[in-house]
Parts: sequence; structure tokens; C-alpha cells
Amino acid sequence: MLKRVHFPASVLPYLLVAPQILVTLVFFIWPASQAVYQSFLIEDAFGLSTEFVWLENFTLLMDDAIYLASFGRTILFSVAVAFLSMSMALILAGFADRVVRGATAYRTMLIWPYAVAPVLAGALWVFMFNPTLGIFPFLLEMVGVDWNHYLNGNQAMALVIFAAAWKQIAYNFLFYLAAMQSIPRSLIEAAAIDGAGPVRRFRDLIFPLISPTTFFLLVINAVYAFFDTFGIIHAITQGGPANATTILVYKVFNDGFVGLDLGGSAAQSVILMFLVISMTVVQFRYVERKVEY
Amino acid sequence: MIENRPILNLVSHLVLILGIAIVALPIWITFVAATHDAVRMTQAPIPMLPGGHFWANFKQTLFGAGLSGSEAAPVWRMLLNSLTMAMMIAVGKIAISLISAFAIVYFKFPFRMGFFWMIFITLMLPVEVRILPTFEVVADLGMLNSYWGLSIPLIASATATFMFRQVFLTIPDELLESARIDGAGPLRFFWDILIPLSRTNIAALFVILFIYGWNQYLWPLLITTDADMTTIVMSIKQMLEAAEQSPQWNIIMMTALLAMIPPVFVVVAMQKLFVQGLTETDK
Repeated sequence: MLKRVHFPASVLPYLLVAPQILVTLVFFIWPASQAVYQSFLIEDAFGLSTEFVWLENFTLLMDDAIYLASFGRTILFSVAVAFLSMSMALILAGFADRVVRGATAYRTMLIWPYAVAPVLAGALWVFMFNPTLGIFPFLLEMVGVDWNHYLNGNQAMALVIFAAAWKQIAYNFLFYLAAMQSIPRSLIEAAAIDGAGPVRRFRDLIFPLISPTTFFLLVINAVYAFFDTFGIIHAITQGGPANATTILVYKVFNDGFVGLDLGGSAAQSVILMFLVISMTVVQFRYVERKVEY
Repeated sequence: MIENRPILNLVSHLVLILGIAIVALPIWITFVAATHDAVRMTQAPIPMLPGGHFWANFKQTLFGAGLSGSEAAPVWRMLLNSLTMAMMIAVGKIAISLISAFAIVYFKFPFRMGFFWMIFITLMLPVEVRILPTFEVVADLGMLNSYWGLSIPLIASATATFMFRQVFLTIPDELLESARIDGAGPLRFFWDILIPLSRTNIAALFVILFIYGWNQYLWPLLITTDADMTTIVMSIKQMLEAAEQSPQWNIIMMTALLAMIPPVFVVVAMQKLFVQGLTETDK
């Protein structure tokens, strides 16, 4: 943590940490404590008086069927995004690990969607699935599927899942490929000499060995789906139709900035903060455990 | 190569090419849409092969009014705003993280661990979960519709501080000892030894943070109301809304293309630094 040899205490270290601490205090800790404080208040409909109500905002949320439905939807959404993008990435990384010629070229072609902003990813997918113009509704109509994500909640959910998973493939692919390439070749050669074919080696050797990466990516993908997909949903569905794609982050935004329910929105923020903190703790506690080869 | 299986090799290449095709399809459709005129883009099915209007659309989007009938700023202005914001966020984050990591690793002073934990907390509070109170703070400080408001609230960074801390801890103590024997003070040591030694880490982090800054969406959306301050990433959403009345998909998709070219270029051109930055900051 600290160097064995270090500089003596003076005013200098305080000056050095000052900018970071200042920004943290003003834009992180103060707003977060404001959110906690506001979550204990209820404002009347005209914003004239506020009342301190302890946990009433939270109990209201717990009884709110719309909020609970949004919670369930968020979990479904993140499980689907994590599963879809991680399995795609695992398959691609598994084959990329085998390829000798052109491996770098393949990697380059697969990683760049990382750089596409979520809202742009949303715009691209909403264009491809535009009910009147899009290429996919046109193709789907040939097999008798009527696609309209503006009306059909399940289709809207599927569309945001596709867009969110598409963007995350690049990230998962990079980490899976790095994990596979760090497995000692001698292990794989030993398995091959013992007669294990490629499928067997993948199932019984490579996949178990990269399990820490899988766990790490699960946490990262959950955090991504929970918090970084606002742009995708805002561009594609705006939470609709009939709240079918309103995940928690979108609901905080919507209730606070559109619905102006400050107390309720703050209470939701506080719940989200607890979720992030617990996810971060899980990530830090378990991710550092390395596999011994 | 462990064993020679020509068929499996062929399958590997085919799967990878298929994967690339799936990943690239949305971009291909965007590109094609940006090369046709507005009329063609209102007829289903939309074309799958490029047309001849790329440069006309390019000019109209970048220098013309963009979408006709909208009051948005010209696209070149939005690109400039995005660039300014991304650079301020990336440079600011790196600068304040470098000096605070230096203080925490190389100085023993009261409240050192307190500061460390205070920085750690920022890791846990993404902007999305505390938007409303942060917005109020920025409004009270009069930073709405300014580059400062766009960048400063986002520049505290626990991950960057951690990464530099990690880097500094791997630098041998002997360097500091010899620097002190030669009479170098803390700032001299920081500037002449630590910074040059962590140059690649700084570059790698810059790549990641530039993309992070460029792709910011919710925050600029909240704090800019002035059309002159909109960023390119934000403008896409406004155009999508306008598209519901009068679709000009060629212009929208050209704008989307322009919005994604800078960060994609950074990733592809600095791939090695990008991979390094990604794996270092998250682990």
C-alpha cells in the first residue's frame, strides 16, 4: 500500500489529493447524501411542502407493483444480455484461440463495437427493426411474423436485449480470448496426447480453467446491463410500450425528471446505490482469486 | 497448433467470419443508408448495397443544416463539442488520478487512508444512480450549458487512481532512494521519473477514457439545453424523434456514422493500448 521509502509529511500530499477529493465531495458524496436525505421526504403534489417520512418512500416502492415488475424485468434483461453476449463471445474466442493465421485481423474486426456509444447502438438497431422500413421486419414478414416493437412489449424487450448484447460481445470476447491464451500450451498438448479431441478439451479443460473469467464477466455484464444501457433503451423504446422495457435506471430518470417524484426517485437511487456497492464488493472479493495451473 | 485438423480449421475460420458478419451487419446497414438519397430511404425494403449519394449526404450533414426543419446546431459544431468534452474528461481524469495516486503511495500523512476510501466510494456511484442531486449541484454552481459542467462532474475516477497506484507500487524503491540521494524533491521525482515510467499506462488509459468521454449520453442530455452545446451522440436521439414525423434516414445514419468514427478509429488504430487499458482498469 505505502512505499517502504517515502517522502516526509508536508502540505504537498494534501495539495496533490485536493482536486480529486474536491470533485469527489462536490459531485459524488454530497449528491449521494442528498439522494439519501431526499429519499426520506415526501413532497406534496404542488411542491409547496415537504414532510419527513422516514422509510415511507421505500415501503411505498416495495408495495408498488410497477416498481417490482420493473425490478423483475431488469433481472430478466441483464440475465438475457449476459447470457447472449457471453455465449457468443465464448464461441468466437474458442475458435479464435485455435486460429493461427489471421488471428489479429479477426480480433480487430470483432472488438470495435466496444467503441460505439449505447445510444448509437440503439439507433442502429431501431433502424434495422423499423416496422415499415427495416430489413428484419421485412424478412420476418416472409415467415409470417408481424414485427412491431412499438406495440408489442415482448418484441421491444427482445430488441433492447439484442442491441445491448451486440455492444457487449467485443468486451467479453477480449477477456475470454486473453484467458484462453494464458492457459499453458503444455496442458492442452498433454490432453491431446491422452486422446482428448477439441470438443472434449474445451469442455473438460479450457472451460473449467477460464471459469474465473466467466465469473468476472458475469459481474461486469450485470453492472453493464443495469447501469450502462440507459442510452439503448432511451433510443429504442423509451421504456415502452406500456413500461415493457422500463428497467430500474430508466425508471429513476423517468420518475425524477419526467414525473418529478423527487422522493420516490431518490429512494430508487438509494436502492440502486446499494446494488452497485454489493456488486462491486462481490467483484473485488472474488475476482482476485486466481486459478493455479 | 496442437494437431492438424484441416476441417476444424476451416470451420474455425467460417465461424469467425460469420461472427464478424453478425457484429458488422448493423454498421453495414448504417453505411448503406448513408449512401442513398432521402427518397430511396423511405421505400421498403431498404437497399442492402451502397448508393451514390455518400458525398452529398456527407456535405449536407457536416456543413449544411443537417436535418431540414430542425433547429439543431450544425454537425461539425457537435463534433467539436464532443471532442472537447472527451478530451477534457480524459485529460482531467488522468491528471487528477496521477497526482492523487502519487500522494497516496509516496507520502505518509494523516488521513491518508481516509482519502483513499473517499476516492474508492466514487467507484460505486455511477452517474446514473445519482443524476437528480448531481444535476442540482451543477445547476447551483451555474455550470449548466458549459464545457466545465459537461466534464468536471465526471472526472473523479477511482479506477484510474487504482491503476496508477498499482503501477507506482511496481516501481522499485531503489529509484526513489537514488533520486533522493541525488537531491531530487518530490515534484522532481514525480515529473522526471514516475511520469516517464508510466507513459504506456497513461496512453492506454487515455484510449479507454477518450471513448468513455465521447460516448457520454445521459449527463450531457441533462445539463445542456442550449443547441450550441449539444454533443454528437446526443443529437442522434433528437434526430430519431424528428424521424417519426419526416424520416430522413440517410442524414440520421450519416450522423450516426460520423459519431462513431472517432472512437472506433481510436480503438482500431491503438488496438494494443486499448486492450492493455481495458484489462488493466477493470481487473
